Amino acid sequence: MHSSLWLSLLLILPLLGAALAGLVRARANASYRVGVAVASLETVLALVVAVLYRSNVPGAGTFDFMGRWVLAAPFGLAYDVALDGISLLMVVLTALVVLVALFGARDTRREGAFVAWLLLLTSFTMGSFLAHDLLEFFIFFELTLVPAYFIVSQWGAAQRARAALKFFVFTFTGSAFLFVGLLYLGLAHQHQTGGALTFSYSALQSTAMSSSTATWLFVAFAIAFAVKSPIWPLHTWSPLAYAEAPTAGSIELSALLAKLGSYGLLRFAVGLLPLAQVHVRPVMLTLAVIGIVYGSALATTTPDLKRLVAYSSLAQMGFITLGVMTGSKIAMVGAVLLMFNHGVITAGFFLIIGFMERRRGVGVSIRDLSGWQGPAPVLAGLFTVVMMASIGLPGLSGFVSEYLILIGAFATHAWWAVVGALGVVLAALYLLWAYQRVFHGRTSEPIEDATTSERWALVPIVALIVVLGVFPRPVLDRISPSVQQVIEHVAPAGVSK
Amino acid sequence: MPSIDYLAILPALVLLGASVLTLMLSALLRHSLSARVATSLSVLAGLVVLATSVAQWVDVARHGASSTIDHAVVLDGFSVVATGVIGVSLVMASLIAHDWLVRGPVSASHFYTLSLAASAGALVMVQANDLVVIFLGLEILSIGLYVLAALDRHRSASAEAALKYFLLGGFASAIFIYGAALVYGATGTTNLSAIGYFLAGNVLLAPGLLVAGGALLLVGFAFKVAAVPFHLWSPDVYEGAPTPVTGFMASVVKVGAFAALLRVLVSALSSQLTTWRPIIWVLVALSTLVGASMALVQRNVKRMLAYSSINHAGFILLGVWAGTVRGSAGALFYLMTYAPVVLASFGVLALVGGARDDSHDIDRFRGLARRQPVLGAALAVLLLSQLGVPLTTGFYAKYGVLLAAVDAGGGPIALIALIGAAIAAYFYLRWVLALYAEEPIETDRVSVGRASGLAIALGVVATLLFGLWPGPLAALAQHATLLFHP
Repeated sequence: MHSSLWLSLLLILPLLGAALAGLVRARANASYRVGVAVASLETVLALVVAVLYRSNVPGAGTFDFMGRWVLAAPFGLAYDVALDGISLLMVVLTALVVLVALFGARDTRREGAFVAWLLLLTSFTMGSFLAHDLLEFFIFFELTLVPAYFIVSQWGAAQRARAALKFFVFTFTGSAFLFVGLLYLGLAHQHQTGGALTFSYSALQSTAMSSSTATWLFVAFAIAFAVKSPIWPLHTWSPLAYAEAPTAGSIELSALLAKLGSYGLLRFAVGLLPLAQVHVRPVMLTLAVIGIVYGSALATTTPDLKRLVAYSSLAQMGFITLGVMTGSKIAMVGAVLLMFNHGVITAGFFLIIGFMERRRGVGVSIRDLSGWQGPAPVLAGLFTVVMMASIGLPGLSGFVSEYLILIGAFATHAWWAVVGALGVVLAALYLLWAYQRVFHGRTSEPIEDATTSERWALVPIVALIVVLGVFPRPVLDRISPSVQQVIEHVAPAGVSK
Repeated sequence: MPSIDYLAILPALVLLGASVLTLMLSALLRHSLSARVATSLSVLAGLVVLATSVAQWVDVARHGASSTIDHAVVLDGFSVVATGVIGVSLVMASLIAHDWLVRGPVSASHFYTLSLAASAGALVMVQANDLVVIFLGLEILSIGLYVLAALDRHRSASAEAALKYFLLGGFASAIFIYGAALVYGATGTTNLSAIGYFLAGNVLLAPGLLVAGGALLLVGFAFKVAAVPFHLWSPDVYEGAPTPVTGFMASVVKVGAFAALLRVLVSALSSQLTTWRPIIWVLVALSTLVGASMALVQRNVKRMLAYSSINHAGFILLGVWAGTVRGSAGALFYLMTYAPVVLASFGVLALVGGARDDSHDIDRFRGLARRQPVLGAALAVLLLSQLGVPLTTGFYAKYGVLLAAVDAGGGPIALIALIGAAIAAYFYLRWVLALYAEEPIETDRVSVGRASGLAIALGVVATLLFGLWPGPLAALAQHATLLFHP
């Protein structure tokens, strides 16, 4: 097993970077350089961890880099980190997306504070994905709210105050259910073992409970994660927040924080409460499918590009939930892959919309635009690649994950898969239609094409979209054992393979 | 003549002595006592209390809990830690009051004579093991506070607050002592341990007297801690009283009242758990929800913090509701961490309030963090701590009582309290948002005195330090509760 120091480094590096960026904020560009340097270093570190990761450490399942220190025994509070194939993918995504957001969506207004908040958010997000302890996960999960709140409320568009407040209060309320649920679970475990209070993931997995208790706990957990993801009908904060946030904020919210929801659903709700599966599965699948159709339908009607991506994200999160909840291994692997791909694709979308806002001012409405393809062919081309990936064109990354989810879901829950597949058709409809209106036609305005730095910002995104579309094997190989482990834990409770 | 363990009552003696000393000095000296000397004396007294509590802790850890003066006063882990909290609160309150006393029209010796005596009353409540002694402490505390609330003679609101507090507080005291009389009638004793012993060994065939007495005691306590529906005085009094006095109320009074409440319920009435639990349940639900909701519509920040402290009282009551070791430890941990934070918050309010201590509109805070980043950030941290964000002590405070409540089978009430916290988040964040607003209203810079600055820094450092590493405090609270006098 590798040392947990690697993971601690992933956590601490952005914290130090945030402090440094705050300290040098008086000097022009200094904090920006700190931010990019730290984010680059973080990405390198994440890739090193990805290469080092071994999925077959004896006695630890598919977890590697484990380490646990108790911080406050009466509270059962511990610092406990570990990494498996699922969190590995999320860690790489986090590092990469932050780097891209910093580089491509630079915000020069009070830059020191902006970079500091962004790096803090990175650290807390890392912490949530690395936590191998339910309480620790919850703490990081809650902590991400603070930097996200400040980023939206300080650097957002006209309605930023309302958007930030709505985002915070919705998520905070959702977390209340998770909080009570996790306390109940930890205490139930303590009463069974008679030992010390602990929220360690591996310990809680062995908690015995009745299927109705498990169902109630699942509902409590799922409310928190459904708000965060968002899953219909608890999504109502998201279009406003995504639209009002600054570009980097939208990227963080949709590409990373949303994944905390689906990651939590997979790891903690499904992973810790196998007995709930039988009861909640039909409900969760139905909500997921409604989300797919509803999100797609609204994306078709909205004239605001950021909201369009927000609603399309709702649909995509529906696909992820579908994959997580079916209980088939193929669909679950696809869901984890889609978490990653959706992060990359939606980061690409918001980056390009950010570039358009630089040219046209905040609040890009589809109705006001036309003919961008002529003066800005490179921008149009980049948008096309991201869009096609989102639609699910074979050969690009989105196809692989959606295909896996639908084929896995069809085998076990055919009707839900059939309705869900509508989402693929609708995605083509709303995205191509939007593309037509924005990029086709004529325009008399002089529009600058993508600048060199803008192109560079999108290079990693386009590269990942193409590479994972053609050759997803290395990633799938890392996810599969960990998903297999979750399934094996859940399976005895009557889950089909 | 009962034997007296002087170590046990030393803290209260120190504070009473300091109070009398301040009074004598102001009477005997030709010039009025300077604020600097008076504050130093009060801070010193607070530090001595803290040091004494350390000595007491060593004693209790070695010899176990004991009682003295005919079992009317106890020395146990719980009382020792609460004593330490009162000592720290007194130090911080004195530091905050200093800058106000320097520039204000109020005589420093008056203020400290009263606040030291009131703190001594709180200490008596913390250690009391007899309903009559609790009443004694309660009255020493309250009478001091009635006058303290009226101290700012240049604002009519101050006198109004004092009158309201006095009238309603007088009723509450009367109700409390009537409750004590009924409990005496039912059990034949006012000693808490003896009541507990009696109720454990006897079955009351007609428990009406005991139930009525217990209910009246609860009403008295609920008034002191400002739990809904006995909270109506608190917004007016918090708003009208001088800001440092308000800070004192929100910390020292809460510690004293909650410590006594816990002792009455856990030590004397633990066998009646099923009777008093539903009452506390209602108090928790109402306090957390009403406190948070009413705070939403306030524009005066002192009223806002009054409702916020009602919300916090609801959370502390959640630990009381549990009625277990874990619950008492949670409530104690809450008090340990809440007192410095709320005092530091009122420290900032006292500074922003200006020389006349009358500008407490939330608009006064607009852009504060832009003009004065350090002061603004400090207040933001304190507010986020009260909200219960992780990495601050506020999170673990809520965590402790929620853990206890869920453990005692109170999942629904825990959830209700958390919904209250979510509502409260709304107005804390609105305030933080105002702090960082871009269009500051043109106002003068807030001058930060050294004493207030120190107190605020103490509060911020404590909440962040123990928010990062709550281990020592959590262990202390747990040990303290395990060393509870039976």
